[in-house]
Amino acid sequence: MTLDTATVKADFPLLEREVNGHQIVYLDSAATSQKPRVVLDAMNEYYETINANVHRGAYTIADLATRRMEAARQKVATFVGAPSAAEVIFTRNATEAINLVSQTWGRANLHDGDVVVLTELEHHANIVPWQILASERDIELRWIPIDDQGRLVLDDIDRLFDGASLVAFSAMSNVLGTITPVRAIADAAHDADAIVLVDASQLVPHVPTDVEALGADFVAFTGHKMCGPTGIGVLWGRRELLEAMPPFMGGGEMILQVTKEGFTTNELPWKFEAGTPAIAETIGLGAAADCLTSLGMDAVREHEVSLTAYALRTLAENHGDKLRIFGPSEPASRGGVLSFEFADVHPHDVSQVLDQHGVCVRAGHHCAKPLMQVLGVNATSRASLYVYNDESDIDALSTALDGAADMFAF
Amino acid sequence: MPGLEDLYREIILDHYRSPRNRGELETPPAHRSEGFNPLCGDEVVVYVDVDDERVINDVRIGGQGCSISQSSASMMSAAIKGKTVEEAREITRAFKAMMSIHEHELGGEVGSGEIDGEIALGDLEALRGVVKFPVRIKCATLSWNTLTQGLDEVTAEP
Ligand SMILES: Cc1ncc(COP(=O)(O)O)c(C=O)c1O
Repeated sequence: MTLDTATVKADFPLLEREVNGHQIVYLDSAATSQKPRVVLDAMNEYYETINANVHRGAYTIADLATRRMEAARQKVATFVGAPSAAEVIFTRNATEAINLVSQTWGRANLHDGDVVVLTELEHHANIVPWQILASERDIELRWIPIDDQGRLVLDDIDRLFDGASLVAFSAMSNVLGTITPVRAIADAAHDADAIVLVDASQLVPHVPTDVEALGADFVAFTGHKMCGPTGIGVLWGRRELLEAMPPFMGGGEMILQVTKEGFTTNELPWKFEAGTPAIAETIGLGAAADCLTSLGMDAVREHEVSLTAYALRTLAENHGDKLRIFGPSEPASRGGVLSFEFADVHPHDVSQVLDQHGVCVRAGHHCAKPLMQVLGVNATSRASLYVYNDESDIDALSTALDGAADMFAF
Repeated sequence: MPGLEDLYREIILDHYRSPRNRGELETPPAHRSEGFNPLCGDEVVVYVDVDDERVINDVRIGGQGCSISQSSASMMSAAIKGKTVEEAREITRAFKAMMSIHEHELGGEVGSGEIDGEIALGDLEALRGVVKFPVRIKCATLSWNTLTQGLDEVTAEP
Protein backbone atom coordinates (compact mmCIF):
# COMPACT_ATOMS: atom_id res chain seq x y z
CA MET A 1 0.00 0.00 0.00
CA THR A 2 1.36 3.44 -0.88
CA LEU A 3 -0.06 6.82 -0.02
CA ASP A 4 -1.95 8.72 -2.65
CA THR A 5 -0.96 12.18 -1.48
CA ALA A 6 -3.41 13.98 -3.76
CA THR A 7 -6.30 12.21 -2.02
CA VAL A 8 -4.74 12.61 1.41
CA LYS A 9 -4.16 16.34 0.84
CA ALA A 10 -7.79 16.83 -0.11
CA ASP A 11 -8.83 15.60 3.35
CA PHE A 12 -7.04 18.48 5.10
CA PRO A 13 -9.13 21.64 4.70
CA LEU A 14 -6.36 24.02 5.76
CA LEU A 15 -4.15 22.93 2.88
CA GLU A 16 -6.60 24.54 0.48
CA ARG A 17 -5.78 28.03 1.69
CA GLU A 18 -3.42 30.52 0.14
CA VAL A 19 -0.64 32.41 1.89
CA ASN A 20 0.75 35.60 0.35
CA GLY A 21 -0.78 34.75 -3.01
CA HIS A 22 0.48 31.17 -3.14
CA GLN A 23 -1.21 27.89 -2.32
CA ILE A 24 0.15 27.00 1.11
CA VAL A 25 3.11 24.61 1.29
CA TYR A 26 3.05 23.37 4.86
CA LEU A 27 6.42 22.03 5.97
CA ASP A 28 6.17 22.37 9.75
CA SER A 29 4.48 19.17 10.87
CA ALA A 30 7.19 18.47 13.44
CA ALA A 31 5.78 21.49 15.30
CA THR A 32 2.16 20.54 14.72
CA SER A 33 0.36 18.61 12.02
CA GLN A 34 -2.65 19.81 10.07
CA LYS A 35 -6.00 18.19 10.90
CA PRO A 36 -8.04 16.00 8.58
CA ARG A 37 -11.74 16.68 8.14
CA VAL A 38 -12.66 13.43 9.97
CA VAL A 39 -11.02 14.74 13.15
CA LEU A 40 -12.75 18.11 12.93
CA ASP A 41 -16.06 16.38 12.19
CA ALA A 42 -15.72 13.99 15.13
CA MET A 43 -15.18 16.90 17.52
CA ASN A 44 -18.03 18.91 16.03
CA GLU A 45 -20.38 15.98 16.14
CA TYR A 46 -19.60 15.48 19.81
CA TYR A 47 -20.40 19.12 20.59
CA GLU A 48 -23.49 19.20 18.40
CA THR A 49 -25.06 15.90 19.44
CA ILE A 50 -23.72 14.34 22.67
CA ASN A 51 -22.00 17.10 24.66
CA ALA A 52 -22.27 16.20 28.37
CA ASN A 53 -19.78 15.72 31.16
CA VAL A 54 -18.36 12.22 31.28
CA HIS A 55 -18.66 9.55 33.99
CA ARG A 56 -21.35 9.47 36.67
CA GLY A 57 -24.12 10.69 34.34
CA ALA A 58 -27.20 8.44 34.15
CA TYR A 59 -28.85 10.13 31.21
CA THR A 60 -28.46 9.11 27.59
CA ILE A 61 -26.05 11.69 26.23
CA ALA A 62 -23.79 11.58 29.31
CA ASP A 63 -23.50 7.86 28.76
CA LEU A 64 -22.83 8.36 25.06
CA ALA A 65 -20.15 10.96 25.77
CA THR A 66 -18.47 8.66 28.30
CA ARG A 67 -18.55 5.71 25.96
CA ARG A 68 -17.24 7.77 23.05
CA MET A 69 -14.37 9.05 25.15
CA GLU A 70 -13.45 5.62 26.47
CA ALA A 71 -13.70 4.20 22.95
CA ALA A 72 -11.13 6.80 21.91
CA ARG A 73 -8.85 5.57 24.70
CA GLN A 74 -9.13 2.05 23.33
CA LYS A 75 -8.33 3.29 19.82
CA VAL A 76 -5.21 5.04 21.06
CA ALA A 77 -4.19 1.95 23.05
CA THR A 78 -4.59 -0.24 19.98
CA PHE A 79 -2.77 2.30 17.81
CA VAL A 80 0.40 2.05 19.93
CA GLY A 81 0.09 -1.60 20.94
CA ALA A 82 -0.68 -0.94 24.61
CA PRO A 83 -1.71 -4.19 26.34
CA SER A 84 -4.54 -2.40 28.13
CA ALA A 85 -6.45 0.87 27.73
CA ALA A 86 -6.14 1.26 31.51
CA GLU A 87 -2.46 2.03 30.92
CA VAL A 88 -3.28 4.92 28.56
CA ILE A 89 -3.44 8.16 30.53
CA PHE A 90 -4.62 11.31 28.86
CA THR A 91 -2.72 14.51 29.54
CA ARG A 92 -2.69 17.93 27.87
CA ASN A 93 0.34 17.09 25.75
CA ALA A 94 3.65 15.23 25.80
CA THR A 95 5.12 17.86 28.08
CA GLU A 96 2.50 17.19 30.73
CA ALA A 97 2.96 13.43 30.28
CA ILE A 98 6.69 13.73 31.06
CA ASN A 99 6.04 16.10 33.95
CA LEU A 100 3.51 13.62 35.31
CA VAL A 101 6.28 11.03 35.49
CA SER A 102 8.84 13.42 36.99
CA GLN A 103 6.40 14.72 39.59
CA THR A 104 4.98 11.35 40.66
CA TRP A 105 7.34 8.50 39.86
CA GLY A 106 10.30 10.88 40.06
CA ARG A 107 9.39 12.38 43.43
CA ALA A 108 8.73 8.94 44.88
CA ASN A 109 11.78 7.22 43.46
CA LEU A 110 14.60 9.67 42.81
CA HIS A 111 16.67 10.63 45.82
CA ASP A 112 19.90 12.41 46.63
CA GLY A 113 22.78 10.87 44.70
CA ASP A 114 20.59 9.22 42.06
CA VAL A 115 21.39 9.46 38.37
CA VAL A 116 19.14 10.35 35.44
CA VAL A 117 20.51 9.78 31.93
CA LEU A 118 19.29 11.96 29.03
CA THR A 119 20.68 12.52 25.55
CA GLU A 120 21.99 15.56 23.70
CA LEU A 121 19.05 15.22 21.29
CA GLU A 122 16.34 16.04 23.80
CA HIS A 123 13.52 18.54 23.50
CA HIS A 124 13.25 20.90 26.48
CA ALA A 125 10.14 18.89 27.48
CA ASN A 126 12.43 15.99 28.39
CA ILE A 127 15.15 18.10 29.99
CA VAL A 128 13.59 20.75 32.19
CA PRO A 129 11.29 18.42 34.22
CA TRP A 130 14.42 16.53 35.32
CA GLN A 131 16.34 19.74 35.95
CA ILE A 132 13.47 20.89 38.17
CA LEU A 133 13.82 17.72 40.24
CA ALA A 134 17.59 18.06 40.18
CA SER A 135 17.28 21.58 41.56
CA GLU A 136 15.31 20.24 44.52
CA ARG A 137 17.44 17.27 45.34
CA ASP A 138 20.93 16.15 44.53
CA ILE A 139 20.33 14.30 41.27
CA GLU A 140 23.08 13.86 38.70
CA LEU A 141 22.12 14.35 35.04
CA ARG A 142 24.24 12.50 32.49
CA TRP A 143 24.03 12.97 28.73
CA ILE A 144 24.46 10.44 25.92
CA PRO A 145 26.46 12.32 23.27
CA ILE A 146 25.82 12.45 19.52
CA ASP A 147 28.19 12.03 16.57
CA ASP A 148 28.59 14.38 13.61
CA GLN A 149 25.52 12.90 11.91
CA GLY A 150 23.38 13.40 14.98
CA ARG A 151 23.28 9.72 15.95
CA LEU A 152 23.60 8.69 19.57
CA VAL A 153 27.06 7.43 20.51
CA LEU A 154 26.40 4.33 22.58
CA ASP A 155 30.00 3.09 22.99
CA ASP A 156 30.12 4.26 26.56
CA ILE A 157 26.63 3.46 27.81
CA ASP A 158 27.71 0.81 30.29
CA ARG A 159 29.58 3.50 32.17
CA LEU A 160 26.84 6.13 31.63
CA PHE A 161 24.10 3.78 32.82
CA ASP A 162 26.07 2.51 35.80
CA GLY A 163 24.05 3.43 38.89
CA ALA A 164 21.31 5.14 36.84
CA SER A 165 17.71 5.12 38.12
CA LEU A 166 16.16 6.49 34.95
CA VAL A 167 17.07 6.70 31.28
CA ALA A 168 14.82 9.18 29.45
CA PHE A 169 15.31 9.79 25.75
CA SER A 170 13.68 10.68 22.48
CA ALA A 171 12.79 8.00 19.92
CA MET A 172 13.06 10.54 17.12
CA SER A 173 14.72 13.93 17.23
CA ASN A 174 12.48 16.89 16.41
CA VAL A 175 15.54 18.76 15.11
CA LEU A 176 17.64 16.20 13.25
CA GLY A 177 15.11 13.46 12.53
CA THR A 178 17.47 10.89 14.06
CA ILE A 179 15.64 7.68 14.94
CA THR A 180 17.30 6.24 18.02
CA PRO A 181 17.74 2.50 18.72
CA VAL A 182 15.08 2.47 21.42
CA ARG A 183 15.04 -1.26 22.07
CA ALA A 184 18.80 -1.56 22.47
CA ILE A 185 18.96 1.42 24.80
CA ALA A 186 15.98 0.19 26.82
CA ASP A 187 17.52 -3.26 27.20
CA ALA A 188 20.85 -1.81 28.32
CA ALA A 189 19.05 0.49 30.76
CA HIS A 190 17.08 -2.41 32.20
CA ASP A 191 20.28 -4.42 32.57
CA ALA A 192 21.49 -1.55 34.74
CA ASP A 193 18.19 -1.65 36.71
CA ALA A 194 17.08 1.72 35.39
CA ILE A 195 13.53 2.66 34.41
CA VAL A 196 13.06 3.77 30.80
CA LEU A 197 11.01 6.73 29.59
CA VAL A 198 10.70 7.26 25.84
CA ASP A 199 9.66 10.60 24.39
CA ALA A 200 7.83 9.32 21.31
CA SER A 201 6.31 12.68 20.32
CA GLN A 202 7.93 12.46 16.89
CA LEU A 203 7.86 8.69 16.53
CA VAL A 204 4.19 7.82 17.04
CA PRO A 205 2.90 10.13 14.27
CA HIS A 206 5.38 8.84 11.68
CA VAL A 207 6.54 5.29 12.42
CA PRO A 208 4.50 2.18 13.34
CA THR A 209 4.84 2.03 17.11
CA ASP A 210 4.34 -0.83 19.56
CA VAL A 211 5.10 0.24 23.11
CA GLU A 212 5.81 -3.31 24.19
CA ALA A 213 8.26 -3.87 21.35
CA LEU A 214 10.03 -0.62 22.28
CA GLY A 215 10.77 -2.18 25.65
CA ALA A 216 10.03 1.05 27.52
CA ASP A 217 8.36 1.55 30.90
CA PHE A 218 6.84 4.93 30.03
CA VAL A 219 6.06 6.36 26.59
CA ALA A 220 4.94 9.96 26.10
CA PHE A 221 3.43 11.46 22.97
CA THR A 222 1.23 14.31 21.89
CA GLY A 223 -2.02 14.39 19.90
CA HIS A 224 -1.53 17.50 17.81
CA LYS A 225 1.48 16.13 15.92
CA MET A 226 -0.46 13.03 14.77
CA CYS A 227 -3.42 14.70 13.04
CA GLY A 228 -5.23 15.19 16.34
CA PRO A 229 -6.23 18.41 18.09
CA THR A 230 -4.14 20.41 20.54
CA GLY A 231 -4.79 19.97 24.25
CA ILE A 232 -4.56 16.19 24.31
CA GLY A 233 -1.49 14.06 24.95
CA VAL A 234 -0.77 10.57 26.16
CA LEU A 235 1.30 8.85 28.79
CA TRP A 236 1.49 5.10 28.45
CA GLY A 237 3.04 3.30 31.40
CA ARG A 238 3.47 -0.26 32.59
CA ARG A 239 0.60 -1.09 34.93
CA GLU A 240 2.70 -2.08 37.98
CA LEU A 241 4.55 1.22 37.82
CA LEU A 242 1.40 3.28 37.38
CA GLU A 243 -0.27 1.49 40.25
CA ALA A 244 2.62 2.10 42.59
CA MET A 245 2.91 5.80 41.71
CA PRO A 246 1.33 8.53 43.83
CA PRO A 247 -1.35 10.60 42.08
CA PHE A 248 -0.46 13.68 40.04
CA MET A 249 -3.11 16.37 40.45
CA GLY A 250 -5.90 16.10 42.97
CA GLY A 251 -9.59 16.74 42.38
CA GLY A 252 -12.62 15.16 40.84
CA GLU A 253 -12.35 11.97 38.76
CA MET A 254 -9.08 10.80 40.32
CA ILE A 255 -10.66 9.68 43.62
CA LEU A 256 -12.66 6.69 44.82
CA GLN A 257 -13.53 8.05 48.24
CA VAL A 258 -13.12 11.42 49.93
CA THR A 259 -13.79 12.13 53.59
CA LYS A 260 -12.71 14.95 55.87
CA GLU A 261 -9.84 12.73 56.89
CA GLY A 262 -8.52 11.99 53.42
CA PHE A 263 -9.03 10.31 50.08
CA THR A 264 -8.37 7.12 48.19
CA THR A 265 -7.36 7.14 44.54
CA ASN A 266 -9.42 5.89 41.62
CA GLU A 267 -8.37 2.97 39.44
CA LEU A 268 -6.17 3.35 36.39
CA PRO A 269 -6.28 5.33 34.21
CA TRP A 270 -8.53 7.86 35.99
CA LYS A 271 -6.22 8.00 38.98
CA PHE A 272 -4.07 10.38 36.92
CA GLU A 273 -6.87 12.33 35.26
CA ALA A 274 -8.10 14.91 37.76
CA GLY A 275 -10.94 17.20 36.69
CA THR A 276 -13.12 17.28 33.61
CA PRO A 277 -11.02 15.91 30.77
CA ALA A 278 -10.60 17.33 27.27
CA ILE A 279 -13.54 15.27 26.00
CA ALA A 280 -13.83 16.61 22.47
CA GLU A 281 -10.08 16.51 22.02
CA THR A 282 -9.91 12.91 23.23
CA ILE A 283 -12.58 11.97 20.72
CA GLY A 284 -10.67 13.92 18.06
CA LEU A 285 -7.51 12.00 18.91
CA GLY A 286 -9.41 8.72 18.55
CA ALA A 287 -10.50 9.82 15.09
CA ALA A 288 -6.91 10.75 14.26
CA ALA A 289 -5.73 7.26 15.26
CA ASP A 290 -8.43 5.79 13.02
CA CYS A 291 -7.38 8.05 10.17
CA LEU A 292 -3.70 7.05 10.43
CA THR A 293 -4.66 3.39 10.77
CA SER A 294 -6.70 3.55 7.58
CA LEU A 295 -3.78 5.17 5.74
CA GLY A 296 -1.61 2.41 7.19
CA MET A 297 1.37 3.37 9.36
CA ASP A 298 3.67 1.21 7.23
CA ALA A 299 2.58 3.21 4.21
CA VAL A 300 3.06 6.47 6.12
CA ARG A 301 6.61 5.52 7.02
CA GLU A 302 7.41 4.30 3.52
CA HIS A 303 6.07 7.54 2.05
CA GLU A 304 8.18 9.65 4.38
CA VAL A 305 11.36 7.67 3.77
CA SER A 306 11.04 8.09 0.01
CA LEU A 307 10.04 11.76 0.26
CA THR A 308 12.96 12.41 2.63
CA ALA A 309 15.29 10.74 0.14
CA TYR A 310 13.86 12.93 -2.62
CA ALA A 311 14.29 16.04 -0.47
CA LEU A 312 17.90 15.26 0.49
CA ARG A 313 18.75 14.56 -3.16
CA THR A 314 16.88 17.50 -4.69
CA LEU A 315 18.08 20.09 -2.23
CA ALA A 316 21.68 18.89 -2.55
CA GLU A 317 21.50 18.95 -6.36
CA ASN A 318 19.91 22.39 -6.53
CA HIS A 319 21.81 24.16 -3.80
CA GLY A 320 25.09 22.26 -3.42
CA ASP A 321 27.49 23.69 -0.88
CA LYS A 322 25.18 26.57 -0.03
CA LEU A 323 22.95 24.20 1.87
CA ARG A 324 24.01 22.23 4.92
CA ILE A 325 21.46 19.70 6.16
CA PHE A 326 22.01 18.42 9.70
CA GLY A 327 21.34 14.88 10.86
CA PRO A 328 21.74 11.37 9.44
CA SER A 329 22.41 11.24 5.69
CA GLU A 330 20.65 7.87 5.32
CA PRO A 331 16.86 8.35 4.86
CA ALA A 332 16.05 4.95 6.36
CA SER A 333 17.57 5.93 9.69
CA ARG A 334 15.81 9.24 10.07
CA GLY A 335 12.40 10.84 9.97
CA GLY A 336 11.30 13.57 7.60
CA VAL A 337 12.72 16.40 9.67
CA LEU A 338 15.27 18.50 7.79
CA SER A 339 17.13 21.12 9.78
CA PHE A 340 19.40 23.19 7.61
CA GLU A 341 21.66 26.17 7.27
CA PHE A 342 21.43 28.08 4.02
CA ALA A 343 24.51 29.98 2.91
CA ASP A 344 25.03 32.70 5.51
CA VAL A 345 21.38 33.60 5.62
CA HIS A 346 19.98 33.67 9.12
CA PRO A 347 17.12 31.14 9.65
CA HIS A 348 14.78 33.97 10.54
CA ASP A 349 15.44 35.60 7.18
CA VAL A 350 15.17 32.26 5.36
CA SER A 351 11.74 31.56 6.79
CA GLN A 352 10.64 35.14 6.10
CA VAL A 353 11.52 34.83 2.41
CA LEU A 354 9.99 31.35 2.20
CA ASP A 355 6.77 32.63 3.76
CA GLN A 356 6.49 35.09 0.92
CA HIS A 357 6.36 32.03 -1.37
CA GLY A 358 3.69 30.41 0.82
CA VAL A 359 6.24 27.94 2.22
CA CYS A 360 5.95 27.41 5.99
CA VAL A 361 9.17 26.33 7.71
CA ARG A 362 10.23 26.92 11.29
CA ALA A 363 13.26 28.95 12.33
CA GLY A 364 14.84 28.91 15.74
CA HIS A 365 16.19 26.58 18.38
CA HIS A 366 13.23 24.17 18.15
CA CYS A 367 13.09 23.85 21.95
CA ALA A 368 16.41 22.03 21.95
CA LYS A 369 18.97 24.60 23.07
CA PRO A 370 21.49 22.09 24.46
CA LEU A 371 21.44 20.36 21.05
CA MET A 372 21.94 23.72 19.30
CA GLN A 373 25.01 24.24 21.47
CA VAL A 374 26.38 20.82 20.49
CA LEU A 375 25.75 21.65 16.81
CA GLY A 376 27.48 24.99 17.33
CA VAL A 377 24.60 27.08 15.98
CA ASN A 378 22.13 29.54 17.50
CA ALA A 379 19.26 28.48 15.31
CA THR A 380 18.41 26.44 12.23
CA SER A 381 15.69 26.48 9.62
CA ARG A 382 13.61 23.31 9.70
CA ALA A 383 11.36 21.77 7.08
CA SER A 384 9.39 18.72 8.23
CA LEU A 385 7.20 16.32 6.26
CA TYR A 386 4.01 14.41 6.78
CA VAL A 387 1.36 12.36 5.01
CA TYR A 388 0.06 15.25 2.93
CA ASN A 389 3.41 16.41 1.56
CA ASP A 390 4.68 15.39 -1.83
CA GLU A 391 7.51 16.12 -4.23
CA SER A 392 5.88 19.35 -5.39
CA ASP A 393 6.25 20.71 -1.85
CA ILE A 394 9.97 19.95 -1.87
CA ASP A 395 10.27 21.62 -5.28
CA ALA A 396 8.46 24.68 -3.93
CA LEU A 397 10.88 24.78 -0.99
CA SER A 398 13.83 24.54 -3.32
CA THR A 399 12.55 27.35 -5.56
CA ALA A 400 11.80 29.55 -2.56
CA LEU A 401 15.39 28.99 -1.35
CA ASP A 402 16.58 30.42 -4.66
CA GLY A 403 14.58 33.51 -3.71
CA ALA A 404 16.45 33.71 -0.42
CA ALA A 405 19.77 33.31 -2.23
CA ASP A 406 18.90 36.17 -4.60
CA MET A 407 17.81 38.45 -1.79
CA PHE A 408 20.85 37.84 0.36
CA ALA A 409 23.54 37.07 -2.26
CA PHE A 410 26.76 38.24 -0.64
CA MET B 1 0.02 42.68 1.18
CA PRO B 2 3.45 43.93 2.30
CA GLY B 3 6.25 42.67 0.07
CA LEU B 4 9.77 41.64 1.01
CA GLU B 5 11.09 44.85 -0.54
CA ASP B 6 9.31 46.72 2.26
CA LEU B 7 11.36 44.75 4.76
CA TYR B 8 14.71 44.11 3.17
CA ARG B 9 15.59 47.60 1.94
CA GLU B 10 19.00 47.93 0.26
CA ILE B 11 20.40 50.04 3.08
CA ILE B 12 19.41 47.36 5.60
CA LEU B 13 21.21 44.68 3.62
CA ASP B 14 24.21 47.00 3.37
CA HIS B 15 24.43 47.38 7.15
CA TYR B 16 23.93 43.63 7.51
CA ARG B 17 26.76 42.83 5.11
CA SER B 18 29.10 45.54 6.40
CA PRO B 19 28.14 46.20 9.98
CA ARG B 20 29.46 49.44 11.46
CA ASN B 21 31.23 49.60 14.83
CA ARG B 22 31.49 45.84 15.12
CA GLY B 23 33.73 44.55 17.93
CA GLU B 24 34.45 45.04 21.60
CA LEU B 25 35.65 47.75 23.96
CA GLU B 26 37.73 47.27 27.03
CA THR B 27 35.62 47.13 30.20
CA PRO B 28 36.09 49.24 32.19
CA PRO B 29 36.27 52.05 31.15
CA ALA B 30 33.54 50.96 28.70
CA HIS B 31 30.32 49.30 29.82
CA ARG B 32 28.99 46.02 28.40
CA SER B 33 25.34 44.95 28.21
CA GLU B 34 23.81 41.88 26.66
CA GLY B 35 20.38 41.15 25.19
CA PHE B 36 18.66 37.98 24.00
CA ASN B 37 15.70 37.29 21.80
CA PRO B 38 14.47 34.02 23.28
CA LEU B 39 12.29 33.38 20.24
CA CYS B 40 15.08 33.01 17.74
CA GLY B 41 18.19 32.70 19.87
CA ASP B 42 19.62 35.99 18.64
CA GLU B 43 21.97 37.80 20.95
CA VAL B 44 23.47 41.24 20.89
CA VAL B 45 26.22 42.78 22.99
CA VAL B 46 26.46 46.57 23.24
CA TYR B 47 29.60 48.29 24.52
CA VAL B 48 29.35 51.99 25.32
CA ASP B 49 32.13 54.28 26.48
CA VAL B 50 30.48 57.22 28.23
CA ASP B 51 32.66 60.10 29.49
CA ASP B 52 32.17 62.48 32.42
CA GLU B 53 30.20 64.87 30.19
CA ARG B 54 27.78 61.99 29.52
CA VAL B 55 28.92 61.83 25.90
CA ILE B 56 29.00 58.40 24.21
CA ASN B 57 32.54 58.57 22.92
CA ASP B 58 32.60 55.13 21.48
CA VAL B 59 30.29 52.21 20.85
CA ARG B 60 30.81 48.63 19.65
CA ILE B 61 28.41 45.87 18.77
CA GLY B 62 28.92 42.12 19.24
CA GLY B 63 26.72 39.05 19.00
CA GLN B 64 24.87 37.43 16.15
CA GLY B 65 21.46 37.49 14.62
CA CYS B 66 19.26 37.98 11.60
CA SER B 67 19.53 40.77 9.05
CA ILE B 68 17.00 42.91 10.87
CA SER B 69 18.55 42.70 14.33
CA GLN B 70 22.09 43.11 13.01
CA SER B 71 21.36 46.02 10.70
CA SER B 72 19.34 47.75 13.37
CA ALA B 73 22.26 47.40 15.80
CA SER B 74 24.68 48.69 13.19
CA MET B 75 22.55 51.73 12.37
CA MET B 76 21.98 52.37 16.05
CA SER B 77 25.71 52.42 16.72
CA ALA B 78 26.22 54.98 13.95
CA ALA B 79 23.32 57.09 15.19
CA ILE B 80 24.37 57.34 18.82
CA LYS B 81 28.14 57.64 18.55
CA GLY B 82 29.23 61.08 19.73
CA LYS B 83 25.79 61.86 21.14
CA THR B 84 25.01 62.47 24.79
CA VAL B 85 23.20 59.87 26.84
CA GLU B 86 20.08 62.06 26.75
CA GLU B 87 20.26 62.43 22.97
CA ALA B 88 20.68 58.67 22.62
CA ARG B 89 17.59 58.16 24.75
CA GLU B 90 15.66 60.58 22.53
CA ILE B 91 16.72 58.68 19.41
CA THR B 92 15.72 55.43 21.09
CA ARG B 93 12.29 56.83 21.90
CA ALA B 94 11.85 58.04 18.32
CA PHE B 95 12.97 54.72 16.90
CA LYS B 96 10.64 52.75 19.14
CA ALA B 97 7.80 55.07 18.24
CA MET B 98 8.49 54.26 14.59
CA MET B 99 8.28 50.60 15.58
CA SER B 100 4.88 51.48 17.07
CA ILE B 101 6.09 50.93 20.61
CA HIS B 102 5.21 53.69 23.05
CA GLU B 103 6.42 53.80 26.60
CA HIS B 104 2.93 53.74 28.05
CA GLU B 105 2.05 50.57 26.16
CA LEU B 106 2.73 47.32 27.90
CA GLY B 107 4.18 44.55 25.79
CA GLY B 108 4.68 46.68 22.69
CA GLU B 109 1.17 46.58 21.27
CA VAL B 110 1.02 47.70 17.68
CA GLY B 111 0.09 51.37 17.66
CA SER B 112 0.11 54.28 15.28
CA GLY B 113 3.68 54.23 13.98
CA GLU B 114 3.92 58.01 14.38
CA ILE B 115 7.34 59.45 14.94
CA ASP B 116 8.00 61.52 18.05
CA GLY B 117 8.71 65.20 17.55
CA GLU B 118 11.49 66.33 15.27
CA ILE B 119 14.13 63.65 15.75
CA ALA B 120 15.72 62.79 12.41
CA LEU B 121 16.35 59.08 12.19
CA GLY B 122 18.34 59.11 8.94
CA ASP B 123 19.27 55.60 7.76
CA LEU B 124 17.11 54.16 10.51
CA GLU B 125 14.05 55.25 8.53
CA ALA B 126 14.76 52.23 6.33
CA LEU B 127 13.55 50.00 9.14
CA ARG B 128 10.08 51.52 9.03
CA GLY B 129 8.82 48.60 6.91
CA VAL B 130 9.43 46.20 9.81
CA VAL B 131 6.16 47.38 11.37
CA LYS B 132 4.33 45.54 8.60
CA PHE B 133 5.94 42.29 9.78
CA PRO B 134 5.02 42.28 13.46
CA VAL B 135 7.03 39.17 14.38
CA ARG B 136 10.18 41.01 13.33
CA ILE B 137 9.68 44.08 15.54
CA LYS B 138 11.45 42.26 18.38
CA CYS B 139 14.44 41.70 16.08
CA ALA B 140 14.62 45.41 15.27
CA THR B 141 14.34 46.57 18.88
CA LEU B 142 16.69 44.03 20.48
CA SER B 143 19.80 46.22 20.31
CA TRP B 144 17.88 49.32 21.44
CA ASN B 145 16.57 47.60 24.53
CA THR B 146 20.09 46.39 25.23
CA LEU B 147 21.42 49.93 24.80
CA THR B 148 18.78 51.31 27.16
CA GLN B 149 19.72 48.74 29.74
CA GLY B 150 23.40 49.65 29.33
CA LEU B 151 22.78 53.40 29.61
CA ASP B 152 20.61 52.85 32.69
CA GLU B 153 23.43 50.92 34.29
CA VAL B 154 26.07 53.49 33.34
CA THR B 155 24.06 56.43 34.66
CA ALA B 156 23.11 54.56 37.83
CA GLU B 157 26.78 54.04 38.68
CA PRO B 158 27.97 56.44 41.40
C1 LIG C 1 10.53 15.38 20.66
C2 LIG C 1 9.47 16.24 21.29
N1 LIG C 1 9.19 16.08 22.58
C3 LIG C 1 8.24 16.79 23.20
C4 LIG C 1 7.52 17.75 22.51
C5 LIG C 1 6.50 18.53 23.26
O1 LIG C 1 5.23 18.36 22.75
P1 LIG C 1 4.05 19.23 23.39
O2 LIG C 1 4.47 20.65 23.20
O3 LIG C 1 2.85 18.88 22.60
O4 LIG C 1 3.96 18.87 24.82
C6 LIG C 1 7.79 17.95 21.15
C7 LIG C 1 7.08 18.96 20.35
O5 LIG C 1 7.20 20.15 20.43
C8 LIG C 1 8.78 17.18 20.54
O6 LIG C 1 9.08 17.35 19.25
